[in-house]
Amino acid sequence: MAEYILELNGITKRFPGVKALDNVYFKLRPGEIHALMGENGAGKSTFIKVITGVHSPDGGEIFFDGKKVKFDNPTDAKKLGIAAIYQHVTCYPDLSVTENIFMGHEKIGKRTKRILWYDMHKEAERLLRELGAAFSPKTLMGALSVAEQQIVEIAKALSTDAKVIIMDEPTAALSSRESEELYRIAERLRDKGTAIIFISHRFEDMYRLAGKVTVFRDSKYIGTWAVDEITNHDLIIAMVGREIHQLFPKKEAEIGEELLRVEGLGRTGYFADVSFSLKRGEIMGLTGLVGAGRSEVCQSIFGASPYDKGGIYLKGDKVNIRDPLEAMRLGIGYLPEDRQKQGLVLQWGIGRNITLSSLDKVSSKGALNAAKEAEIAKRLAEKVNVKANSIFDLASSLSGGNQQKVVFAKLLTADLDVLILDEPTKGVDVGAKSAIYEIISSLACQGYGILLVSSEMPEIIGMCDRVAVMREGRIHAFLDRQSISQEAILQASMAN
Amino acid sequence: MQPRMITNKLEFSFKRFFLQWEWMLVVLLLAVIVMNVNLSEYFWDYANLRDATMGFLDKAFIVLPMVFVILLADIDISVASIVALSSVIMADLYTMGVPMPLAMIICLAVGTLCGWVNGMLIVKFKELSSVIITLATMIIYRGIAYMILEDQAAGSFPDWFSFLGWGYVGSIPFILIAFILFAVLFGVLLHKTVFGRQLYAIGNNGTAARFSGVKVDRIKIIVFTLAGLMAAVTALFLTSRMGSTRPNVATGYELDVIAMVVLGGISTSGGKGRMIGAIIAVFLIGFLRYGLGLVNVQAQVLLIIIGLLLIFAVAVPQLKRAKLPAKKM
Repeated sequence: MAEYILELNGITKRFPGVKALDNVYFKLRPGEIHALMGENGAGKSTFIKVITGVHSPDGGEIFFDGKKVKFDNPTDAKKLGIAAIYQHVTCYPDLSVTENIFMGHEKIGKRTKRILWYDMHKEAERLLRELGAAFSPKTLMGALSVAEQQIVEIAKALSTDAKVIIMDEPTAALSSRESEELYRIAERLRDKGTAIIFISHRFEDMYRLAGKVTVFRDSKYIGTWAVDEITNHDLIIAMVGREIHQLFPKKEAEIGEELLRVEGLGRTGYFADVSFSLKRGEIMGLTGLVGAGRSEVCQSIFGASPYDKGGIYLKGDKVNIRDPLEAMRLGIGYLPEDRQKQGLVLQWGIGRNITLSSLDKVSSKGALNAAKEAEIAKRLAEKVNVKANSIFDLASSLSGGNQQKVVFAKLLTADLDVLILDEPTKGVDVGAKSAIYEIISSLACQGYGILLVSSEMPEIIGMCDRVAVMREGRIHAFLDRQSISQEAILQASMAN
Repeated sequence: MQPRMITNKLEFSFKRFFLQWEWMLVVLLLAVIVMNVNLSEYFWDYANLRDATMGFLDKAFIVLPMVFVILLADIDISVASIVALSSVIMADLYTMGVPMPLAMIICLAVGTLCGWVNGMLIVKFKELSSVIITLATMIIYRGIAYMILEDQAAGSFPDWFSFLGWGYVGSIPFILIAFILFAVLFGVLLHKTVFGRQLYAIGNNGTAARFSGVKVDRIKIIVFTLAGLMAAVTALFLTSRMGSTRPNVATGYELDVIAMVVLGGISTSGGKGRMIGAIIAVFLIGFLRYGLGLVNVQAQVLLIIIGLLLIFAVAVPQLKRAKLPAKKM
């Protein structure tokens, strides 16, 4: 057996316009738990997709058990014994545990081609016992908890004789007791010689389990350390470690009276005890790892989803917002996270998109006024500087950044005080990004109160007057302008 | 960055103007008329044309709201049952001594109520598709109609009631005037109002519509209620034409109506198509049926032809799309 079960040398992967992986290295021994860490967008996901054969690399070599290999598709990787368990379990909730475990490699009679249910159930039972699970393999997958589903996913990996198991944030959705259970399973597998790549944002996981840690940043390989040789502080520097190069056109806006106050807001299963206030002219950041509950909070404030605890106050008055229309009438606007699904009617022209959220402004007694509509659409499209020739250009024909400008223009049609911007620069190229920052900054100067939800630290640091950091559905820290730093945010957003 | 000039004037383009499905329908309609004229020398006769129109316009009233329903990417297959139920209740009330005008108003109210129930169910049970819900209410409404009349006919309405289906204003059939009025009303509602715009938005992207402050549920309920109301209007005209009613009237109307809407270029995936297309399709199928009837083409053959037309209507836009180059990101 070779020293390394899996070895990647100088892997590079390009996508149109971006290098998702730039000359990265990774070495994994049998019977080792190796943590892989980095910020959102550091290249971890692409890296996993290369290992599992989903993407083929543009450069570099992969060795499996000392032999050079090349994966053309996920099946190649699976055959060698590489299995991945993802953060959001991908399962068939209406099928039994056994069927989920053997999906794609069912045990089939040699001559009769029938499915050997008895054998499959027996084998599934054995795997589950080995992992210390108490439920029957005949249970429906959908009836299990997330933790139990993850155990099934691990059993599935074992049923294919996996030698390398990749766990992508397996503890993100687990309670600490369930995490402990998972740690025990991982250790048991390790002791049997299985190699595990463990991806997590939680330092706790890394210290508890991993022997080695590799850090990626900005698609590049930063280094590999033995876990007991690196301090928490050095690790954060390794993950963040860059000066902010981008220029943020933040102008100092005059901060006025309180516009929005949220007190003890909670939605069972999503977030709890969220309190903050937002003033006129202020840009407040809301950050935290993906899945920390940020979008859910915003959507509840906007009336797009319900909340069951706490209250929302606008200019001091308690309001009861039941749907987005009511929120907009009260002066709250929301720029959704997914502009294509939630923000735009892609089959429509720019003009119709812009006026959709304020049709009452371009109509009288319900009858549309085409001239007025064209007028307002033109004015707003020019105001946000959409790169288009006509308000009849289809929204689908625009680039991501310009689509986002159209969604901004939609917000400007209504009389709003509070703007909730959910990842406004997601998937937008650098040029359009700075244009969007300029829009945000000028809106703050015009007296809007802005809640900026973002995972991008430079954006948060460059734009916000104040930042709330969320973790697991709760606000864990407020940082003011003096104390905002990448280290501070990262520290607050990860359990420690 | 330089501020850009963005125009808000749409220049007229012949290509865009003539590359519309409605022109295809006009061509088909002309072809059917030419064929009919060749088949029968009497076809082009005014009185004949007029009476032909009166024969197929009863169900056309449901086409108008069905355009709305299908633009929402929903469907309503219970409309024929609503026609039967509201017609039967009206006849039953009249035979029990309720004055005819009141019976007619109740007829409209029953249809409206049935449509409202459809809409409420669809909004409350979002995980169920409108096909399933209106399939259920289709059976229920028809079932109630049978419970009331038990396969009997009811009728002997006052003489003036036959005016709806048979009467003329000057020399123009009353039913045609009524249809044109409703068609204009629905066309304006769809193309010139906030309601219509929001309806298109829901059909294209319901989530984005909701995030833009469109009351999606309310619009759905209104649309299904309108379908019920117009089914009751059809019940009035149909009952007037037949002079009596039975629980099995209007059987199969829902499919005729949906066929007309789809042929009219309204996409079943929602958000695409115009009122005028469906209106042309009403006359296209109507005249096609009438013409082939004139030369004694069997009803079954007629069905095959209409089926082929439908496939044509669905396939042509697909072919057009296939030829366009794939969109770049």
